Amino acid sequence: MYLLLIFLPLIGSICAGLFGRILGPFGSSFVTVICLMVTFCLSLFAFYEVALLDCCVYIKLAPWINSEMLNVDWGFLFDSLTVVMCCVVTFVSSIVHLYSTEYMAYDPHLPRFMSYLSLFTFFMLILVTADNFIQMFVGWEGVGLCSYLLINFWFTRIQANKAAIKAMILNRIGDFGLVIGILIIFVEYKAVDYATVFALTPIFTNKVFHFLNFDFDLISLICFFLFIGAVGKSAQLGLHTWLPDAMEGPTPVSALIHAATMVTAGVFLIARTSPLFEYTSSILSLVTIVGACTAFFAATVGLLQNDLKRVIAYSTCSQLGYMVFACGLSNYSVGVFHLVNHAFFKALLFLGAGSIIHAVADEQDMRKMGGLKKLVPFTYSMMVIGSLALIGFPFLTGFYSKDVILEVAYGKYTLEGHFSYILGTLGAFLTAFYSTRLIYLTFLSKPNGYKSVICAAYDSSYQISASLFFLVIPSVLIGFYAKDMIIGFGSDFWGNAIFTSIENMNRIDSEFITHFYKILPVALSILGVTSSFLLYLFGSKILVKLKLSTIGKKIYNFFNKKWFFDKVYNEYVSQFFFTISYTVTYKTIDRGIIEIFGPMGLSSAITKKALYISKLQTGYLYHYTFLILTGLTLILGVRQFWVFLGDFIDFKIFVLFLILSFFLLNEKPSKNQ
Amino acid sequence: MLDFFLLNVTNLLILILVLPLIGTFLLLFVPSSNHSALKAIALNTSCFLYVISLFLWVFFNKSIGSFQFVSKLLWIPFLNLNFSLGIDGISLFFILLTTLLIFLCILISWNSVKTNIKEFLIAFLVMEFFLIGVFSILDLLLFYIYFESVLIPMYLIVGIWGSRERKIRAAYFFFLYTLLGSVLMLLSILYIYYQVGTTDYEVLLTFIFSKTEQKFLWLSFFGSFATKVPMVPVHLWLPEAHVEAPTAGSVILAGVLLKLGTYGFLRFSFPLFPEASFYFAPIVYLLSVVGIVYTSFTAIRQTDFKRIIAYTSVAHMNLVMVGLFSFNTIGLEGAILQSLSHGFVASALFLIIGVVYERHHTRMVKYYGGLVHVMPLYTFIFLFFTMSNIGLPGTGSFVGEFLILVGSFKTNTSATFISATGMIIGGCYSLWLFNRISYGNLKTQYLKDYIDINKREFFIFLPLIFGTIAIGLYPEIFLNSMHMSVNMLVEITHIYTL
Repeated sequence: MYLLLIFLPLIGSICAGLFGRILGPFGSSFVTVICLMVTFCLSLFAFYEVALLDCCVYIKLAPWINSEMLNVDWGFLFDSLTVVMCCVVTFVSSIVHLYSTEYMAYDPHLPRFMSYLSLFTFFMLILVTADNFIQMFVGWEGVGLCSYLLINFWFTRIQANKAAIKAMILNRIGDFGLVIGILIIFVEYKAVDYATVFALTPIFTNKVFHFLNFDFDLISLICFFLFIGAVGKSAQLGLHTWLPDAMEGPTPVSALIHAATMVTAGVFLIARTSPLFEYTSSILSLVTIVGACTAFFAATVGLLQNDLKRVIAYSTCSQLGYMVFACGLSNYSVGVFHLVNHAFFKALLFLGAGSIIHAVADEQDMRKMGGLKKLVPFTYSMMVIGSLALIGFPFLTGFYSKDVILEVAYGKYTLEGHFSYILGTLGAFLTAFYSTRLIYLTFLSKPNGYKSVICAAYDSSYQISASLFFLVIPSVLIGFYAKDMIIGFGSDFWGNAIFTSIENMNRIDSEFITHFYKILPVALSILGVTSSFLLYLFGSKILVKLKLSTIGKKIYNFFNKKWFFDKVYNEYVSQFFFTISYTVTYKTIDRGIIEIFGPMGLSSAITKKALYISKLQTGYLYHYTFLILTGLTLILGVRQFWVFLGDFIDFKIFVLFLILSFFLLNEKPSKNQ
Repeated sequence: MLDFFLLNVTNLLILILVLPLIGTFLLLFVPSSNHSALKAIALNTSCFLYVISLFLWVFFNKSIGSFQFVSKLLWIPFLNLNFSLGIDGISLFFILLTTLLIFLCILISWNSVKTNIKEFLIAFLVMEFFLIGVFSILDLLLFYIYFESVLIPMYLIVGIWGSRERKIRAAYFFFLYTLLGSVLMLLSILYIYYQVGTTDYEVLLTFIFSKTEQKFLWLSFFGSFATKVPMVPVHLWLPEAHVEAPTAGSVILAGVLLKLGTYGFLRFSFPLFPEASFYFAPIVYLLSVVGIVYTSFTAIRQTDFKRIIAYTSVAHMNLVMVGLFSFNTIGLEGAILQSLSHGFVASALFLIIGVVYERHHTRMVKYYGGLVHVMPLYTFIFLFFTMSNIGLPGTGSFVGEFLILVGSFKTNTSATFISATGMIIGGCYSLWLFNRISYGNLKTQYLKDYIDINKREFFIFLPLIFGTIAIGLYPEIFLNSMHMSVNMLVEITHIYTL
């Protein structure tokens, strides 16, 4: 059953991908949706068995790589963390499959799309169920590949091409870090499976590892590189630029990959390797700071974006920041809880956005929407619920995890704890602001689109509505119902899947922080909603004036252009490397130095020398006699005076002399010779 | 006579060595106008040879580290020079790769080679003979002879069946570099002969050279092998030769000829001169690391389809060198596995170029675009091999690369770190190339009459895809056979240096 749970999506993918022509659009969507539904049921059962009944499942399928000390197996490990992820992935994935059957119904490549989606789900399941780092890396790279293919699904669009390449390459930077991390783990632990590595970690504290000729603390180094991997995948500050661009892909893809599942793989990695991270406070601080910065940064950028999907993308980026810094504060369970909640409401938001985009003839610019409240009432209600859940409106899903994250941040009573609390709380305000802005611009403001478009706007049909409805239920309820189980006091839900060392545990501290700091995030969120709503409803003229003032323009540009990250990356970093790869390595070295000192120089030098030497063959006897005489004299003379001269002559000079003779005396041979 | 060959498994290797010659002999008697007969003979010979060579693997004893299928024939007995053959876990797969790729090469050139087809086929079969000889001969002098003889058919293939006028220059480059590299090697072999009194490999293994001797001998061998790999300052021939060679030539060049260098290191430099190998390891690391980064960068800005893949080949083979000089089992096994997987992947990529080149007669990336619209199957295969090229887990390159990195990380973290950056840069150029060729709009203003791959081409790709996936998902089948030999090699290398 457990293997079926993993391999059913693959079967679906192969059916739709390789036999899509035979099955047709309906057949392939039918097969993949059914496969995914079954997988979801199976994972629910796995959840019951593993998480609720506390029976970890471990399956060793086959040996994979076996070389000297390196033993890697195809093995699957189901513990609480895995089954939670499995449930989320398969649930969102099956919803997205269902949604796509309508959303992509008129696309001629529907079978291919369904195949990619299922393949993605398969790799995601491999990622979460792996029992060793290398197999996890299989899933890790596999989801990257599927992300590439899906962003690039409409492959004729140059923007999609660019975004796909960007996503893959930025992810590969992270993967590079991850690989180095795995290498260090293997070299020191002589094992790559989780069980061994985590069991040995306490022994390896304070061990020094010699890396790049410096001595580093072993576990810090490993965690640093693992974190780079997580930064790449989870779009944290620095390597985040691919995520907003990835919105070029179809909307279901954004919902599944770039909101609910793949981007959370980084958080999953940190949670999974919590037994390592717990032993390195410095890297935990780094994780916290990077996460908090991302949460704040992405929220500010999301504030002034005009593309509907990009706003949600930046919101995703921001929420990932929350998850990451929750992990950095050693509250992995809270991070994962937020991951789960976020998966539901963010998928809801994205799918709702897709529904809107369909309704207004594939327009994504919010400024050209407006007034859709009455035209697409169902989608409107769904979007409002999703946004409220995202904002952390009391008693909706987001409230239960986001607030706890901020509480534990404050309750840490450390510098980075406060830092992340402040940025996180500000981020919460901004989140509320841009969410309301999104709702207002899209639904409530006066219609700004073309008349023909607005008139033709319609609410979506059964599949899309059903998908949204299925997502709304967990978006409203899961936080309340799962709270006690997942992050409750004394809950043994996680078992051994997540490890928090006793020094780092601060849930009790966070429970007793001042009420002011507890209420502040919620209050700020509500303030954000109100202020945003009021500003856009009554103060739009003030906003325009603000935007058009000199400073306002600059600020607007700064946020709208995403803090110029893309500009710096494109114009300086990559341009620099492109220049190097043409002028330096290709022009100067390959076509220059090596060529001149290599075959070309050699052949031309030899021809010239040969011409020069051939001039000596004059055919006159007295020339030859003269040469023989001088030569003999010279040799005999040198031999005679060798005793005196020998001391001053280094034999190495002759080699130099020989080489030089090719380059000196480069006179041009006259034409008639 | 037939009974003698078939019943005695030990003689399988001789049979494999002789078969291409028999094929060549048969080809000589067919009139050159009878194309179908010529092709049929060559194809059947190479296919038969491939099947027979698979039996080598079947009868290969995995629990022995020493040479198997050993047979010794007298050659110049009074000089103590004998013709001894044998394979171990290291050379086994190179032989299989050779026979497979030659078979595929003949299939590739089915329609594309139109002139001098008889000579073309003969060149390939003769090359197969030489290559199998190189990988199975256990005599240093004969190895040298075979090693150098490979040049002749390859030179002809590039020079005669190449695509442009520049092919002469390419052939000249190819010959000059590889020949100059190995001049010193002959001198060293003579030196070894006078020191030991024989060039029999198994005897040489028992002989210990002094430190100084080792250094000089190692350097002279290095010159020869490094040119074949190719390492950085002497890599120039490779892009040149690849670009000008016909598809089949490129395939065999990337698939097998580059492996001669690594094979030479494995077979001769390490066990014969272990101390010198250790002594010079840093410089090899330096050259390889520079090679990886430098060629990867250079590949980013190329406009010629083939040139990009050629530079990729250089980068990957340099990674193999990093693995080789880690001197531990993981690194060496990774290096062999990566050689093997590179043999599949690079060959397939050259084939992919060959497919479009045969249709449109241009290799410029600029003229292609949006091929996925008209050639979906082709694009799928291209995608698969692009992903293999950048080492996606599940394909052979990943297992090879990962083992290499693990092996070398134990020895030298810095070199590994820098060579792992090749992963990122490799991603850049591979994806860019794939994107340019396959996606975007169809460039009908440049090219017309598109057609997807036909059945013949599909079946050429099939074994390569299968091989890549097999190495990726279950490398045990390959690793099992090489464990013993590699362990023995590592042990020999370590005993003499301790």
